[in-house]
Amino acid sequence: MEKTWNNKAWFLVLPVLLLVAFSAVIPLMTVVNYSVQDTFGNNQFFWAGTDWFDDILHSDRFWQALQRNLLFSFIILALEIPLGIFIALNMPRKGIGVSVCLVLMALPLLIPWNVVGTIWQVFGRVDIGLLGRTLAILGVDYNYVRDPIDAWITVIVMDVWHWTSLVVLLCYAGLVSIPDAYYQAAKIDGASRFSVFRYIQLPKMKRVLLIAVLLRFMDSFMIYTEPFVVTGGGPGNSTTFLSIDLVKMAVGQFDLGPAAAMSIVYFLIILLLSWVFYTVMTSRDAEN
Amino acid sequence: MARITLDHIRHAYGANPVSESDYALREVDHEWNDGGAYALLGPSGCGKTTLLNIISGLLQPSHGRILFDGRDVTELSTQARNIAQVFQFPVVYDTMTVYDNLAFPLRNRHVPEAEVDRRVREMLEIIDLSGMAKRKAQRLTADQKQKISLGRGLVRNDVNAILFDEPLTVIDPHMKWVLRSQLKRLHKQFGFTMVYVTHDQTEALTFADKVVVMYEGQIVQIGTPAELFEKPRHTFVGYFIGSPGMNVMPARISGNRVSIGSESIELDNAPRIGGDERIELGIRPEFIRFAREGLKVKINRIEDIGRRKIVRAEFEGRPIAIVASEDVEIPAEPRIVFDPARINVYADSWRVGEEA
Repeated sequence: MEKTWNNKAWFLVLPVLLLVAFSAVIPLMTVVNYSVQDTFGNNQFFWAGTDWFDDILHSDRFWQALQRNLLFSFIILALEIPLGIFIALNMPRKGIGVSVCLVLMALPLLIPWNVVGTIWQVFGRVDIGLLGRTLAILGVDYNYVRDPIDAWITVIVMDVWHWTSLVVLLCYAGLVSIPDAYYQAAKIDGASRFSVFRYIQLPKMKRVLLIAVLLRFMDSFMIYTEPFVVTGGGPGNSTTFLSIDLVKMAVGQFDLGPAAAMSIVYFLIILLLSWVFYTVMTSRDAEN
Repeated sequence: MARITLDHIRHAYGANPVSESDYALREVDHEWNDGGAYALLGPSGCGKTTLLNIISGLLQPSHGRILFDGRDVTELSTQARNIAQVFQFPVVYDTMTVYDNLAFPLRNRHVPEAEVDRRVREMLEIIDLSGMAKRKAQRLTADQKQKISLGRGLVRNDVNAILFDEPLTVIDPHMKWVLRSQLKRLHKQFGFTMVYVTHDQTEALTFADKVVVMYEGQIVQIGTPAELFEKPRHTFVGYFIGSPGMNVMPARISGNRVSIGSESIELDNAPRIGGDERIELGIRPEFIRFAREGLKVKINRIEDIGRRKIVRAEFEGRPIAIVASEDVEIPAEPRIVFDPARINVYADSWRVGEEA
C-alpha cells in the first residue's frame, strides 16, 4: 500500500518539539558539552575527552554516595510500600471518612520540599524541637547533627512521612476499583481475610503498585532538598547523597567538568535502574 | 440441601425507611421446598438480587427471618450458611489457574486434597474446560470465566442451596442452551435447592419447576409456567410473561356481563367484586380469534413471525394484540371473539377468582 506523506503534520508537532528541546534536550546537551571539556575563566574551553568520566568512576567519593543512595532507596521502598498498602487497606470505602482521609493523606504531598525539610529540621532539634526535646527529656540520646545513625533515621522518617501518602493514594485507587462482586464471591467461597488480600486485592493493585514503586524509587534516588535542609549532607558525609554531592561539586567547588560527567552517569543510572525495575515487574505478565 | 423459609422479610437500603416505597423488598413470606428449582423473574430493580443476597447472607434484611430446614440462619455469616452463589458478571481469581480457581472453595473448607482433585476434574469435564486446567484464569474469554464461576458454585455438592444471579447474561446463545441443560441435569443428579434469578422469561420458564415473579419489591405470583400463562394473578404477570403480553383493558362488571367501552361480553360466571375497585379485563393474544360475529376491531399492522402472525389492532380506542396462526385469513371487516374460559378479571390489578 502506498503511504501518504503529509508534511503539514510536522507543524502540529513543532510546538511540543520546541518545548521539549528547550526544556530537556538543549540543557542536557550543554551538560554533555561541559562533561567532555575543561573550563577555565574567560570562557576558555579545552577538550578533555573521557577524562572526567574516568575521574568520577574511579573516585571513592562517588561510589560511597551511590551506595548511600541505593541503601536509602531500598529502605524507603521497604518501608513505604508495605505501610502504604496497609493504610490503604484500612481506609474507609464510603461515608464522610473517605474525604477526611483523602485530605489528610494529600496534605504532606502539598507541602514544598524545603518546607518539609525545615519542619523536620526544627522538629528534631534537641534544644527547641518537639521531637528532639521530648526524646532528650525521656533520656534517649538522639542528635541528628552529631550522630550519623540519628541523621539517617531522621531523613528516613521524614521521607516516609512525606511520601507514604502517595503510595496510599495509588493503592486506594486500585482498591476502590475492585467490584463488590469479588468480595461477595470470596465470602461465598469461604476465603480468609488473607486469601482475599492475596488473591483479589493484591492482583488488582499490581499495576498501581508498579507505578508507586517506580515513582518512589526514582524520587528517593534523586532526593536532594529535604536532607540538604535538615543535615546539609552531614554529619561528615553520612547523608551526602549523589545529588547533594553533585551540587557541592558544581556550585560549591565550581568543578563544572567533573560535575557534568557525574550528572550524566547519575542520569544513566536512574534510567537503567528504572528500566530494570519496570522490566522485572512487568515480565511476570508476559510469562503467561 | 435445605428447605428455605422466608419469614416476613422486608428490606430497605436506606437507614430510616418511612414510606412503602423506601423498601427495596416489601414483604416476602414464602417457603421454598427442598430440592426445588425456582426461577426469580422480574424486571430490573424489582428486588430479585436483593432477595438473593439476603438468602446468601451478603445482606442483612431490615425485618424478618430466614430459616434453612427450620433453623434460624438470619444472624449467620455467608460462610456459615454454606450457600453457593454465582454472580451476573464473571468473578475469577486472576492469578490462579483454572484448576486452582475451582479448587479454591473446597480448599478453604479443608476438603482432603484427593477429594478436591476428584471433584475439580469432574467439574472441569462438566464445564468443558479440561484442556485449560493449567492455564491462568486471567487470559480466558468472558464466557469461559463465567463457566469457572459456575463451576466454583457447583463444585461444592454439599451446599444448602445454589443461587444464580443472572449467570448467563454474558454467555453467547448457543453456550447458554448447553449450560442451562447441564444445570438442569446436575440439579436432577444432586437434588440441591436452586434459585435462579433472571429477567429472561424463556430462561425462567424452561429452567424452573416453579417461577417466582417479582414486581416492585413483592412476589406477585409463584407458579408453574402453565399457571403463570393461563392464570396470571397480577396484571403485571400477564404483561411480563408471554410475547406479546396479555391484553389488559379497563372494564365494567355487572352480574356476569363485562363491558369494555361500548361493547359487552358474557362471562362463564359472575366474578365476585367489591364496590369501587378498578376493574380490568385480561385476555392473552393467543386466546382471541377472528370470527364472523363479534367485537369490531381496526387492524393497524400485521407482524409475520413465521408460524404465527401477530396482529396489532385497535379495539375501543385501545391497542390490542392478537395471535393468529399463519394460515388464518384476516377478513376485511374483522371481528374478534375472546375465549370466555380464558378471560381473567382483575380488581386493582389483582386477579379475581370465579369462585372467590
